[in-house]
Amino acid sequence: MHGLGAFFADPAVGTALLLGSIVASVSGAVGAFVVLRGQSFSGHALGDIGAAGASAAYLAGMEPLYGFLGVGLLSGLLMDRLGERASSRDLATGIVLSLMLGVGALFLYLLTERTNASGGTAAVLFGSIFTVDPSVTLPIALFSLLSSLLLALLYRPLLLSSLQPDVARARGVPVGAVGLLFMLAAAIAIEESALVAGALLSMALLIGPAAAALRLARHVGAAVLLSAGLAVLALVLGIFLAYESYFWPPVQHGWPVSFFIAALVLLEYLLARLWPQRAARRREEGAAA
Amino acid sequence: MKSALRPVPEPGGILDLSGVEAVLGGRQVLAGIDVHVDPGEFVGVIGPNGAGKSTLLKVVLGLVRPSAGEVRIAGADPRRMRGLVGYVPQSFDPDPELPLRARDLVALGLDGSRWGFSLGGAPRRAAVDRALASVDALAYADQPISRLSGGELQRLMVAQALIAEPRLLLLDEPLTNLDLRSQAEIVELVASVARERGIAVLLVTHDMNPILRVTHRILYLAGGRAAVGTVDEVLREGVLSSLYGYHVDVLQVHGRIVIVGGAEAEAVACKA
Repeated sequence: MHGLGAFFADPAVGTALLLGSIVASVSGAVGAFVVLRGQSFSGHALGDIGAAGASAAYLAGMEPLYGFLGVGLLSGLLMDRLGERASSRDLATGIVLSLMLGVGALFLYLLTERTNASGGTAAVLFGSIFTVDPSVTLPIALFSLLSSLLLALLYRPLLLSSLQPDVARARGVPVGAVGLLFMLAAAIAIEESALVAGALLSMALLIGPAAAALRLARHVGAAVLLSAGLAVLALVLGIFLAYESYFWPPVQHGWPVSFFIAALVLLEYLLARLWPQRAARRREEGAAA
Repeated sequence: MKSALRPVPEPGGILDLSGVEAVLGGRQVLAGIDVHVDPGEFVGVIGPNGAGKSTLLKVVLGLVRPSAGEVRIAGADPRRMRGLVGYVPQSFDPDPELPLRARDLVALGLDGSRWGFSLGGAPRRAAVDRALASVDALAYADQPISRLSGGELQRLMVAQALIAEPRLLLLDEPLTNLDLRSQAEIVELVASVARERGIAVLLVTHDMNPILRVTHRILYLAGGRAAVGTVDEVLREGVLSSLYGYHVDVLQVHGRIVIVGGAEAEAVACKA
């Protein structure tokens, strides 16, 4: 049995859609500022780093969400404090990333050895949207709310600090504190999508929809909303295709949802690059030159 | 060279620096700067690279604390008077993909430092339109800033500073990267708006020529020390030579002033 009816009737799908949509919308919205601020590397690193926390949580028999969040918030704080200047930011990110990847490798090794089953490792690295414990829905919703409220509160000073840090300082904006709070809001969104899409692919929901939205939107506010929408779209379609793929020939085995999400996000970005408005603009510029 | 007519001095200056010194990274950047600026007065801050011009602005903005001396804006600490100060930064090189229209950039000057987001609204839009009109930029109000010329962008940054209705306007090298015509337009624009609204202006430039016609006084910085006065008072061989610590010539070439270092100086200090 497959098709839309069966898709929506499945309780695992319901949980996946609800959780995934919450996480994707926050990740997309935060991602617009991550891209705008040129912090894609930090964003990517925070996803990878989450693997250390999640695998530790698995080993301790804890809910992996808290492992992702704990390590993500701590690493975000470290990266921000170590890399106060833009020039040292990538360096700070790289140092924290390699440290945490080392720790993560150890925990993932222990996880694979001790549990004698790669289920935990696969879930940490590639996501577990269909197997997430429904009891984490409430904490995920609350953390997502916190992240979005932070983003809404920071919105104008964050935009000003991102575009014209000197003007922001001259106007009395605490540029450093705004950057740190944004980093923490981003860490929450990234770690949540690491839980859903996997530590390795949380980047897809963070950067792809944002990059597409920034190309399409006329102003930043629209880009933030569009990015959230594109992330949700990729996630919902990805879940649907992953569900359907169980029935695809030749092997009725099912493809991982993260693959579909990543592929759909790439498709969104490519379509945004081809958007006719941009082509018209280029023609206009050609005519003016 | 005749200086523009200076406004009648008022007892309460908008900006007062007395004996200001500043040390950055162990190096003394400013050494004993004294200047009193009246409302509506245009002061050109001139000097070679590394003379301390940007540091002087940072001191006025309350971003660098003087190691000695005192800074007062309308009689109070600069950090408490930020609402009175408009600042146009040295450069802004927007990413070509940045979805920001001219009006969005100007609006950031109105409420960009406030928490939360704005849903727009008619009064905000009208304020942005007025600021755009004051710099003659309404024609490209809805254009993405990545498509604008350097001169157009500079106008927007002036509008961004003006929209908060400052009493003191600080501009850090607003003429760099502009062609001669745009330089003259920006200088004329700033001078006329400041005159109409009684705004005091501190305009930093390493090339003094575009501002000589409009500036009431100049603050010439070299090696962290300053000479303050009208163009005629400051641009003299004696004054500048003692400031630089070696002999310099003040030459007029086709109506432009060029300052040339003496034999012991390395090169031309201030180009035309």
